[in-house]
Amino acid sequence: MTLTRRNFLAGASAAVLAGPAIIGRAQAADPIRFVSILDQSGGLDIYGKPMVDTTRMAVDEINAAGGLLGREVELKVYDPQSSIQFYTQYATQAAVGDKADVVHAGITSASREAIRPTFSRYQTLYFYNVQYEGGVCDLNNFCTGSTPAQTVEKLVPHTMNKWGKKVYIVAADYNYGQITAQWVRKFVADNGGETVETEFFPLDVTNFGPTIKKIQAAKPDMVMSALVGGAHVSFYRQYAAAGMNRNVPIASTTFGVGNEHKLISAAEGDGMICAYSYFEEIDTPANRDFVARFKAHRGEGAPGLNELATRSYEGAWLWAEAVKQAGTAERMPVIEALRAGLSYNGPSGRVTIDPKTNHARQNVYLAELKNQTFDILEVHEDQPPADTLLVCDLVADPNQSVFMFENGLEAAGIEM
Amino acid sequence: MDLVAAFGLQILYGIANLALISLGLAIIFGMMRVINLAHGEFIMLGGYTVVVATNAGVDIWVAMLILAPLVVGVIGVVVERLLIRWLYGRMIDTLLATWGLSLLFIGLVTSIFGASTATTISPPLGVLTIGEYTSSAYELLLIGITAALCIAVFVVLRGTKFGLIARGTMQNAEMASALGVSTSRIYMVTFGVGAAISGLAGGLLAPITGVLPTIGAVYIAKAFITVISGGAAILAGTVSASALLGGVNGVTAFLTGPTIGEVALLLTAIVLLRLMPRGITGTIFKKSL
Repeated sequence: MTLTRRNFLAGASAAVLAGPAIIGRAQAADPIRFVSILDQSGGLDIYGKPMVDTTRMAVDEINAAGGLLGREVELKVYDPQSSIQFYTQYATQAAVGDKADVVHAGITSASREAIRPTFSRYQTLYFYNVQYEGGVCDLNNFCTGSTPAQTVEKLVPHTMNKWGKKVYIVAADYNYGQITAQWVRKFVADNGGETVETEFFPLDVTNFGPTIKKIQAAKPDMVMSALVGGAHVSFYRQYAAAGMNRNVPIASTTFGVGNEHKLISAAEGDGMICAYSYFEEIDTPANRDFVARFKAHRGEGAPGLNELATRSYEGAWLWAEAVKQAGTAERMPVIEALRAGLSYNGPSGRVTIDPKTNHARQNVYLAELKNQTFDILEVHEDQPPADTLLVCDLVADPNQSVFMFENGLEAAGIEM
Repeated sequence: MDLVAAFGLQILYGIANLALISLGLAIIFGMMRVINLAHGEFIMLGGYTVVVATNAGVDIWVAMLILAPLVVGVIGVVVERLLIRWLYGRMIDTLLATWGLSLLFIGLVTSIFGASTATTISPPLGVLTIGEYTSSAYELLLIGITAALCIAVFVVLRGTKFGLIARGTMQNAEMASALGVSTSRIYMVTFGVGAAISGLAGGLLAPITGVLPTIGAVYIAKAFITVISGGAAILAGTVSASALLGGVNGVTAFLTGPTIGEVALLLTAIVLLRLMPRGITGTIFKKSL
């Protein structure tokens, strides 16, 4: 149809006439707006894609159960393409353009720090469902993933008892790797061990030969890895190719969260011990049911489930429970409902919001890799976010919006 | 002593690794002056060829040494015919077109294979023991193959009629054309050979680094730095630049750590280009290939 003056007028007047009716309906059943900003392309998509899948599933389940407060939950997903610039752009769009009731967003700490101030400024409730280095102290931001004090604290003594006290640390060279390495050093020392060397790797390193030789020269009892991303998977291959995985075993709090254990062969991965707040192999009725539902929901080619994906699902449900309790989707009542010590029993077990930090108390599992699947060794229930608790108390002072570990642990006043 | 031997081998491997990922680009960029920003994706496609072929039951050696260069070489020829040949001499346009091509390849591979790809092929051959140290015997093989590849390129360019015609065409296409050479065909074949060598590199590295749709980004910067540092002579340039940059990177990485190792590599390249703006072979080894 070409736009002539006549049919433009006809269309416009029809719209004007229909207008009041549309507005009237919208007020009655205006959907609750849930925005998700997670990388589905670029280097971080191995993490982001499963997170979007589980978020979709949570929202679909909430709507299938009648929505929230009689209103439908409308999910809008943005793909920032592993670029910080798109994160800030979409965060503003979500807060100002979409007027989102809640935003679940961010994978790397860099992306979180880029968008967190935006959500504080526009008073848009913000969830970050990723394991990270801890230290965010922000009334408006709920960080539901595990932090090093929850995972590393359990993993280090367990593996040191099993393998020996000389530890060699390899870690990714950015905030997460640096801070995790500091926690590893601290827990190694606390348990009477010795860190023989710590090495950091830029994210695009693929030749780990010199380091493997250094590990052979240092003769540690175990290697602790906080390597991150696709390129770093090469480390495990080259380590195995040099025959090292049979002599000096590896423990990690990062291996597996991008489903790395499915990417390398059983012979290369067997025997590694990892710690997370969730493994797909957790053998509880709730988790078996969740895994089956996810496979049915996602259909052919469903990715493996890991902490990031499952916590995205649980994060969405934590928010939904808070909306139900608050009786509204408005920001402050929902924040208060969450901070009243709200719990959600999800596939990973019980997840409880800690009001001092807006982080989660959660179960921590240790598991050994056998034939590309994780064999659960230990469960530690209801672990507090002890690292963030050292520096953050939102009960005493709610008006905070800071990232305490921006300059490392020592700058935050933590004795190492 | 064992440490010196084991570490020497490691540095040699670092050098071979750089030469391997750069050689294909040296032909396409160094020789043909085509800024190929899809070079990393040619390597990535070589890796995927090996993964797909071995999953289908093809012998890993056949997949790495024959299929990977063949498949990527054919892709290279197609790309040259459809895209590159319209853009010779238009450097900025080529840059934009190959960048788009790189995004296209990443997008295509991601939509076919997904964001992460299981590369459960382990490096063949076993463990090489040097005293108290162990290395992967596969790394030794890669050093050997890289050396053989460099020799093969030298022999073809210096000793065969095709090599002579190709070099002549790159130096002065109009003159070659006047002498009855089909320059368009020479360009096509040369581009295909460059792509095939990149594919071979990707195939050989797949078992030891794994494949991802975005893995090309890891290689491309280093390949360009090596080729530009090497200068006009593609073979002598690539080999000497790989030896210098790979050596500096390996020694520094061993003495300090990988981060400083990368910094040292880049710093060396910057200083080198400041002192020799036309690369190593722009100042020394001028007459070489």
